[in-house]
Amino acid sequence: MNNNRTSAVDIAQNVRNNVKTAADFIEEHLARIAEHDGEIHAFNLVLAKEARARAAEIDEMVAAGRDPGPLAGVPVALKDNMCTQGIPTTCSSNILADWRPPYDATVVTRLREAGAIFVGKTNLDEFAMGSSTENSAFGPTKNPLDTTRVPGGSSGGSAAAVAADFAPISFGSDTGGSIRQPAALCGVVGVKPTYGAVSRLGLIAFGSSLDQIGPFAHTVADAAIGLETISGHDPGDSTSIQEGPLDLSRKLELGVAGLRIGRITDLPAGASPDVEQRTEEAFDALRAAGAEIVDVKVPAFSYGLTAYYLIAPAEASSNLARFDGVRFGMRTASTDTNRMYMATRTEGFGDEVKRRIMLGTYALSAGYYDAYYGRAQKVRRLIANDFSAAYEKADVLLTPASPTVAFEMGDKASDPLTMYLCDTYTIPSNLTGHPGMSVPFGTGDHGLPVGVQVLAPALKDDVMFQVGAALERSAPQRFTGSGEGGAS
Amino acid sequence: MPDESPRITVDEVSKVATLARLILTDEELSTATAELSAMLDHFADIDGLDLDGIEPMMQPTPLANVMRDDVVGVTLNREEVLSQAPLAEDGRFRVPPIVGIEE
Repeated sequence: MNNNRTSAVDIAQNVRNNVKTAADFIEEHLARIAEHDGEIHAFNLVLAKEARARAAEIDEMVAAGRDPGPLAGVPVALKDNMCTQGIPTTCSSNILADWRPPYDATVVTRLREAGAIFVGKTNLDEFAMGSSTENSAFGPTKNPLDTTRVPGGSSGGSAAAVAADFAPISFGSDTGGSIRQPAALCGVVGVKPTYGAVSRLGLIAFGSSLDQIGPFAHTVADAAIGLETISGHDPGDSTSIQEGPLDLSRKLELGVAGLRIGRITDLPAGASPDVEQRTEEAFDALRAAGAEIVDVKVPAFSYGLTAYYLIAPAEASSNLARFDGVRFGMRTASTDTNRMYMATRTEGFGDEVKRRIMLGTYALSAGYYDAYYGRAQKVRRLIANDFSAAYEKADVLLTPASPTVAFEMGDKASDPLTMYLCDTYTIPSNLTGHPGMSVPFGTGDHGLPVGVQVLAPALKDDVMFQVGAALERSAPQRFTGSGEGGAS
Repeated sequence: MPDESPRITVDEVSKVATLARLILTDEELSTATAELSAMLDHFADIDGLDLDGIEPMMQPTPLANVMRDDVVGVTLNREEVLSQAPLAEDGRFRVPPIVGIEE
């Protein structure tokens, strides 16, 4: 691992003040990618040529006395489900293997306008369905801290890219934990913002009422500047909240004195003892920093998994109906259109995607809609009501992000339900639309990182960052393993 | 809600696959039936909840019926869009026959 990382904040400052060029920073990061990504496979595509050209443009702007923006020269990695105009965007699926979007996602446009430089498109579980990045049509991503283990998922490539310092900031999408769980497993910060705070225009949809784009970074401050850059109203997304960009960076030093940190006393069991212990220590650290720890109950929390695995596949089955071999992606030729649809989808989608499409189609089908999808939506309301009551007593809630540290590759591949349980603690905030972030807090089994999750009410992303920054200041070392099989 | 086991039959899974426009081999059908049954068993934890009178929650924001102003804006370039289609002709997507096929 690279122990001499430069933060995004520092890179931008160096580039804007003409201390060091964007070209130099890009070469350093591209060199690390060239050396290590053959083994880690964080990227589906490395944009070396484009990154060098953009770095030259940034440096020219600085030389001409113009400011390239708050992310000037910062190398950024993008999950390969965000549209990049003219650049392949695959969702790690064969069905989109050769597709080049005709437009940029809003997030991509905003990052470019802030001076960021895209170094590549990162690997994911196909269509963001999974918790290990093993379900990619292009092969798994490995955890840079221990390459016999998974990086988590579905945004495993983006988490690994930051952990391996291929980029100080990357972006992923989180439908049920797909940013926070891999962040925990790779020992980096990962944030799912309030639903609607970040535009979904150009994010290839999985579960439209759940999906949200957010940053990965090595530090809370870098995650803050990354999220500030991409957040704010977008008229191109009808679910975008009518608010300006989130105001986060200025809140990081406020501390937690007087804040009420909620402990969910009826949290579903399942976290391993090492993770439980670190979470307890995180409460202790916040108490020592002046926060008050309060007990709260969220009785419907434990129904989150069921509600999610009925609602998310239902939305996915509808969203993925567009992949029919007509307008984009691959087509398997057949004698008539209906047979062509079936042949294309059967050949183009992987097993997990098919499984979720079928589950969702069933939950929505005549005779079962009320029993499954309809009831799940009511349970979703119960969960939201319970969280609202808890947030009357607490400003934020603290839980584990993932029930365990990074597990071995292949460990959960045979039983889909075992994999789904990885998202137990992250799913409820997708259902409610509330923000959540995972912050590295020491190590668990095998010296691997543990992530503690901070949850907050809608649009209280700033308070969540305030607490995240306090946790970061008191956190023990985030990796003490041997790094055997690691990147270096 | 069906309580008797199995929660889902091979015939039902076969129908779902057709609705989803997926082709499953007999072996895949049997695996999918077992997997879906196991999942539906797990999801039975909400069966006992009293949900009468609870308003379904479809999405998290209070937004409803968001409309933009009815003004001409920039649209995607037709040729660029068609260039990404598997088959296009005369400014249109080309597909195999839709009607007149003997089943």
